Amino acid sequence: MATLENIVHHPFFLPILYGVVLVLVLPLLIGYLVLLERKIMADMQARLGPMRVGPHGLLQPLADGVKLMLKEDITPTEADRWIFWVAPIVTFTAGMTALAAVPFGPGFQVADLNVGLLFVVAVSALGIFGIVLGGWASNSHYSLLGALRSAAQIVSYEVAGGMALVSGLLLGGSLSLRRLVEAQHGEGAWFVFLAPVGFFIYFVASVAETNRAPFDLPEAESELVAGFMTEYSGFRWVIFMMAETANMIVVASVATVLFLGGWLRPFASTRELDFLDYLPPLLFLVLAAYCFWRTPKQPVGIQKGVMALFALICLGLAGAEGWALTLPADSALRAAIHGGFWFLLKVFLYLYSFYWIRFTFPRYRFDQLMRLGWQFLIPVAIVHVLAIGSALLLRQRAGWGLWPAMGLATLVTLLVAAWLAGGKERPAYLPSEPGG
Amino acid sequence: MMDLVIFYVLAGIAVVGAVLTVTRRNAVHSAVFLITALMATAGIFLQLRAEFLSVVQIILYVGGIMVLFVFVVMLVNLDVALRQVQFNRQKWVAGIVVLGLAAQIVFILTIGRTQDPGVLGVPPTPADQLSPNTEKIGMRLFENYMLPFEIASILLLVAMIGAVIMGKRRI
Repeated sequence: MATLENIVHHPFFLPILYGVVLVLVLPLLIGYLVLLERKIMADMQARLGPMRVGPHGLLQPLADGVKLMLKEDITPTEADRWIFWVAPIVTFTAGMTALAAVPFGPGFQVADLNVGLLFVVAVSALGIFGIVLGGWASNSHYSLLGALRSAAQIVSYEVAGGMALVSGLLLGGSLSLRRLVEAQHGEGAWFVFLAPVGFFIYFVASVAETNRAPFDLPEAESELVAGFMTEYSGFRWVIFMMAETANMIVVASVATVLFLGGWLRPFASTRELDFLDYLPPLLFLVLAAYCFWRTPKQPVGIQKGVMALFALICLGLAGAEGWALTLPADSALRAAIHGGFWFLLKVFLYLYSFYWIRFTFPRYRFDQLMRLGWQFLIPVAIVHVLAIGSALLLRQRAGWGLWPAMGLATLVTLLVAAWLAGGKERPAYLPSEPGG
Repeated sequence: MMDLVIFYVLAGIAVVGAVLTVTRRNAVHSAVFLITALMATAGIFLQLRAEFLSVVQIILYVGGIMVLFVFVVMLVNLDVALRQVQFNRQKWVAGIVVLGLAAQIVFILTIGRTQDPGVLGVPPTPADQLSPNTEKIGMRLFENYMLPFEIASILLLVAMIGAVIMGKRRI
């Protein structure tokens, strides 16, 4: 068994294992996120959503996958063939690669880069290349307009989002994603409470960067058919859709790591609240019980079987989380299993708010989008970085406490934001001056 | 061995991408190959454990080429560009510049071969024993090279203001 030992202890073994797990799990996760989106949309619009394939539509992602893979893959005439083919792959690869630096748990990370945050931002920004190339190569006006809108929008909002990330970085003092989470453990507070304005700006910018409603102008169906995806069909269209969801997971992970405490449980340093560790297994137990309770009510035998299968999966997850509780409190495995649960829970809550906003707000007009980005978010983000830097100086040099200093920084930023927002608004679609 | 293979693959991609950038007729294809070459260079930086440099290479050039790309789509009439003469006639000037650059590279390589740390001022270190260098770049930039850094910032600010003035006649 010496060879097996050698393989397991090879420095590349764990990263490659994690990478393979990510690549295998991610498409499934994306499929179910789409189902989740449709179910939430249905709930908010007082409908049922997909109900036919599997109990409560639980097998809909698999059916959709098979259908889309069998669909004809059309390449428009006079399209730039190989760029058209390669564009969705570029976008999807960028999203997947960015996930390599994300720490899903204390030990579950493909690579702990020294410049992890910059890496994630840089690589996920490569994704717009696929969008712009795809839109250009389609040889269609709608696609090109969608691609140009996407480029303008992402370049604008990346500035605001980047500045918001800097405000978190100043508090954490490192670019490594793992160390950022450890810094939040050390301070005893998630950075979302220390820098709420930074979190808010990053949230808005991340919605805009992933082309989600209300900023989904690149694919506004009432104006541009489907924007840059108009000419795509079949499996290439699926890759674009998966890339969009993968990018949402990436921005949600970055926000979770930087502002929401990463894999940390709520109140991770308060020993009196240790009973929160029992929450994950209990949650899965409740889910399993609900699925078992619904099983006899399914109309067809096979639906009963699928429901029971999902109940067993929940039961298994509850067992795994419960088994981790029996391990000693400082064991790496327990930290990894529970950390993974909290991390994914936060990512899902972040994505839920994406969906919530999508089904609640109407779409922006393009000039409103640009004005919000350049004239409001970017100045506020810059002021916020300055304020947080000054607050950290006050803390180091003048001996202020963490909370008063950060409260002052937030107050100053909010005052500037109120002053910016209160300025006299002039509709940008009117010419700025007669004949101007 | 592994290091050599990775290096030659990345270097090959960079060289082929650079050649294709020059020889493609379609400006969009040129932009795509330029990105390929620059990404391969970023990979070589990463292999040298210059993580910060590598990531900054990606961020800056992606942003820069994105703008270049949009300009190509908006301003260059591709159908006309396809029929125009692609190379101009200053081959001799280009040849002399290339020879000069090649001589410089050969000179640096021969110095590097002597293994004398005093010549380049940097003792050779195996790549996996280098310490993380992001903080060091920041310290150097803001302690030793503060004035050049600020001059570069002012240059960029001037360019930005100039662009706004040129783009908008009445403010």
